[in-house]
Amino acid sequence: MKIQELRSRFPQLKESVYGKPLVYLDNAATSMRLDAVVDKWEQMSLKFNSNLHRAVHAMASKATEEYESARLATADFLNCSEKEIVFTSGATDSLNLLAFSLGESAFFEEGDEILICEGEHHSDIVPWQMLANHKSLLIKVLPINANGEIALSQLPELIGKRTKLCCVAHVSNVLGIINPVAEIARICHEKGCLLSVDGAQAVQHLKVDVRSLDCDFYSFSAHKMFAAPGVGVLYGKLGLLERLQPYQGGGEMIESVSWKGTSYAGVPHRFEAGTRNISSVPAIKPALAFLNDLFLDKEIIDYQENIIKYLLQELNSVPGLHLYGVPSDPSRKIPLFSFTVDGVHHEDLALVMDKMGIALRSGQMCAEPLMDRFGVSGMLRASFAPYNSMEEAEYFTASLKKAISMLK
Amino acid sequence: MNDLEKAKESIIEDFALFDEWLDKYEYIIGLGKNLEMFPVELKTDDRLIKGCQSRVWLDTKVEDGRLYFRADSDAIITKGIISLLISVYNGRTAKEIASDDFAWIETLGLKENLSPTRAGGLASMISTIRREAEANV
Ligand SMILES: Cc1ncc(COP(=O)(O)O)c(C=O)c1O
Repeated sequence: MKIQELRSRFPQLKESVYGKPLVYLDNAATSMRLDAVVDKWEQMSLKFNSNLHRAVHAMASKATEEYESARLATADFLNCSEKEIVFTSGATDSLNLLAFSLGESAFFEEGDEILICEGEHHSDIVPWQMLANHKSLLIKVLPINANGEIALSQLPELIGKRTKLCCVAHVSNVLGIINPVAEIARICHEKGCLLSVDGAQAVQHLKVDVRSLDCDFYSFSAHKMFAAPGVGVLYGKLGLLERLQPYQGGGEMIESVSWKGTSYAGVPHRFEAGTRNISSVPAIKPALAFLNDLFLDKEIIDYQENIIKYLLQELNSVPGLHLYGVPSDPSRKIPLFSFTVDGVHHEDLALVMDKMGIALRSGQMCAEPLMDRFGVSGMLRASFAPYNSMEEAEYFTASLKKAISMLK
Repeated sequence: MNDLEKAKESIIEDFALFDEWLDKYEYIIGLGKNLEMFPVELKTDDRLIKGCQSRVWLDTKVEDGRLYFRADSDAIITKGIISLLISVYNGRTAKEIASDDFAWIETLGLKENLSPTRAGGLASMISTIRREAEANV
């Protein structure tokens, strides 16, 4: 596919801001929405709106079919069984569900440990801290090195007898480095520890195969992969999900309810209480189909590799610019670049570049411990999606240089 | 038109010279760069304005019922914005400031063109200046 053809599938890319063409480089926060996703959402809203599972009428069965086929498509996408796919409202919801349910399932004993990577997003820290407070567990930190890579050599010794769970992002939303999840899973499992992976930043860029990664849990949000907001996924190995207590109680998650006691439905429905996001969940299907094609598209892959190469070179040549997340193997980098510039505040840069039409993220980026690790109050981040063009990359670097000279 | 109104008017006129937001920002950045040096020893927590994403310190001195402000920030645009405020209110009487409606800032359109966190910061700067004035009326 040609980049122009790819871009034409995302109508919002044609917008302008302050009279300038929009250059959207905040794709790690949320990606642009694919036309076919909007079409599906519209169809679900205007033609097939009905609650799921509950009734015998034709619309209910159509809506249920759409919803359950989204589960099947997600399972295919991740290479797992549809029973292992729980629909949530987002990565944050997936991680909170997991933390709560593990806590309710006699999985931890007082004094057990959870090992969390230093580069994590707050969504992969705070739910575990809440659980640790609640269940008297200890949190340990898996450090990263100055390049932003996980200190893999330290991992075996950090997993002690009481370390039951390790939490790592597949790709950090600040560093953009693809972490060696399969290797981490192997080490964890050798030591009898489970691995939960936060895949929020990976799914837009990588073909994720949970079987070959062999992680135990994998969480992500649909809105970061061209689909609709309000939908997320928690993958869990079937044997583990079956051991977990539910997160929320309500309709649809039960087998039978009586005053004497209630029994729960099987997995995954046990984790999906109440009316689900019946318009947006089916809209994940066109996004997954689109990504499946994209991951096989040699022309787009090459194009993106050139952009990454170009940006690494250009950013490294800007005087006083510090890039965070520079893996020793450049093929382990997604096109996400966080940096600071000596003598220039990240917010000033973001504001000036906004007026040039460029959407960037600035601040702590929901990863305060990582900011502390690098001794900065915040960073500026440019996160590219496959539809960002080389012209946009060039406009970005030229604008960055201009903004720095204005501010210095 | 009194002196306070004249000061406001002159900024509004300056702003109107620029069609492009980028140029307005360049002007604000220029103000930030030219703001009078702020002594390090005044960078204390009690002078920090709460609610700004970048750090902003404001020092107020009262002489003969008139207020004199000095300020600093680690972000240059914030510094420029507070410099706008100071240039209008510096040396005015507490009563003048306390009874002002600060509406001229709205006409600049700054709020809509700042990030939401910055817009909140601007509101905090304004309320700090107003509070300082009210305390000295
Ligand atoms: C690495 C990572 N984890 C988790 C999240 C949370 O995703 P959401 O806000 O969609 O729940 C994000 C989103 O910013 C993220 O980048």
